[in-house]
Amino acid sequence: MVGLHKSEFANPVINWIDTRLPIFTMMQKEYGVFPTPKNFNYFWNFGALAMVNLVIMIVTGIVLAMNYKPDAALAFDSVQRIMRDVNFGWMIRYVHANGASMFFIVTYIHLFRGLYYGSYKMPRELLWMIGVVILLLMMATAFMGYVLPWGQMSYWGATVITNLFSAIPVVGNSIVTWLWGGFAVGDATLNRFFSLHYLLPFVLVGVVFLHVAALHITGSNNPLGIEVKGPQDTLPFHPYYTVKDSVGICVFLLVFAVLVFFVPNFFSSPDNFIPANPLATPAEIVPEWYFLPFYAILRSVPNKLGGVMMMFGSIAVLFVLPWLDTSKVRSCKFRPVYRQFLFLLVIAVITLGTVGAHRPEGIWVYLGRVATLYYFLHFLVILPVLGKLERTLPLPESISRKVLPGGGGPLPGGAAAKPMEKM
Amino acid sequence: MRSLVLASHVLAALGLASMGLLAAGTPARAQEALPHQEWSFNGPFGPFDRAAAQRGYQVYKEVCSNCHSLKAAYYRDLAGIGLSAEQIKATAASVTVPDIGPDGAPAERPALPSDHFRSPFPNELAARAALNGALPPDLSVIELAREGGADYVDALLTGYSDPPAGMKMGDGMNYNKYFPGNQIAMPRPLQDGQVTYADGTPASTAQEAHDVATFLAYIAQPEMEARKRMGVKVVLFLIFLTGITYAVKRKVWSDVDH
Repeated sequence: MVGLHKSEFANPVINWIDTRLPIFTMMQKEYGVFPTPKNFNYFWNFGALAMVNLVIMIVTGIVLAMNYKPDAALAFDSVQRIMRDVNFGWMIRYVHANGASMFFIVTYIHLFRGLYYGSYKMPRELLWMIGVVILLLMMATAFMGYVLPWGQMSYWGATVITNLFSAIPVVGNSIVTWLWGGFAVGDATLNRFFSLHYLLPFVLVGVVFLHVAALHITGSNNPLGIEVKGPQDTLPFHPYYTVKDSVGICVFLLVFAVLVFFVPNFFSSPDNFIPANPLATPAEIVPEWYFLPFYAILRSVPNKLGGVMMMFGSIAVLFVLPWLDTSKVRSCKFRPVYRQFLFLLVIAVITLGTVGAHRPEGIWVYLGRVATLYYFLHFLVILPVLGKLERTLPLPESISRKVLPGGGGPLPGGAAAKPMEKM
Repeated sequence: MRSLVLASHVLAALGLASMGLLAAGTPARAQEALPHQEWSFNGPFGPFDRAAAQRGYQVYKEVCSNCHSLKAAYYRDLAGIGLSAEQIKATAASVTVPDIGPDGAPAERPALPSDHFRSPFPNELAARAALNGALPPDLSVIELAREGGADYVDALLTGYSDPPAGMKMGDGMNYNKYFPGNQIAMPRPLQDGQVTYADGTPASTAQEAHDVATFLAYIAQPEMEARKRMGVKVVLFLIFLTGITYAVKRKVWSDVDH
């Protein structure tokens, strides 16, 4: 019959479905035999970990929403009710709350992996850009989720962050009023943030699907940063990477469990156990740790509009990263100079994170400015120039033959049998 | 090998970052460094000291509850510090809670174990009117809402003294070296012998403070013991699962030259 898929599955039920809707063939192609570079290290676990984390967040979030009340008068108490009266409510909430931190840890490592091994370069530019969209959606979702417990830090964090939009000339204040649904953060704000906090994760699922779809067109990058030359360079995704990802997932869950069961409030601020009070501002308003570097960039600029633009610019610069980095060589393994600069960038971001947690006074102001300057210099000046100047190390011929026939490879002879990529 | 070096770089960087974060100033911090106490519930296995928590409940009931509410907690929660069903029924019945009578008019009835703790004031305005404008905070999650937790509550309750020479105190305010700003509206609540413990423990101020801080730690996190018990099982299981998964990974990859 015309248009029917010729399924190769023996099981009659699967065959019947697959003939009409070839989802089994698709899964087999994309996750079964999908040719994957054979030299991944454990950094390549973090995409799968982020996916698992997203599922955990959605499942726990749906259960929490069954018991949570998005009402300024009831929200704080309803969270306590979840903690005390709902069966295993404390576990569901602590998993969700710590899951947000785990999600950012995993995603930031995933992003660092992309930077270190040049995963954003031709032909994976769009894949990378979709990833940046995912990061932005995650940030928006996390921010609105943090408002829901309606503690002091929820309330004042929401006030500070939404007020950023008032920096926009002419229409700024109107936009803020529109975001709030009133003239201050209040019940209307809480309601819409709850609605959006429930919506955005599903948008996230859609964008993650595009991210994976794009990945399966270009294929994965790998620690050597060279393209796959043939079947000798790859392994089928299953069982090799399903089992390797499983190891990562176990370790991930272990860290997650230690947080949830033994130090569930490690990442949370004591102020958020005080009910929201519009009449009392906390002594210091500090965002969640995963926003601290961006918060530090915001405060490093003495001008409000300038600060807001720099803060959003720090993400926007990632969008155009594939074109800012002019080097054709992907992996840091063969870019010794870029490698040093990348570690400087990591130090700058960590410095910014520390600065963001302190009052902007004394040494912290200067540290914040130096680190902000380096952040933008790195992307806007160093990367474009370095790509032209840097003498990169010779690339191996292929993934399975890492040593150049001419003897140009850095590996000693014996290393070919037990290459250094082994982890 | 190189990825190991890379990993160690990242770890070192994260370590630096967390040190920075821990050193970060936090809004709810006290004025003077808090003395660290030994708490039975510290650490990954520590349970609540039942006797201390019960004495602490007595302190709460006889002293704190005159001004401070415990809105999120129920009388039945007292089972978690070792009170029997009869004791809980009796202690609940000893107070009355607001209700609606059969005629539809506001009425009072003896509390049941399923009732929330009775609040000393019907609302914030009533509390402020009775207490010179001050509002005693609800104590349900006070130990999560203050940097230092039980250490803070203990220090605050024992941190009263005369103000240092030259310090100008506000009207009706009291000096406390651990309270942010050092001026607290609450007068010193605990004295030696403030309560007479049923179990005969000498009721020094320090003892009372320690006991009530233990009780409030329980009230803030009544799930803590169940959480830690489950955590031990989950972590042990995951260590086992990680081990066998890694073994399977080694086996699957054994035929690959990579």
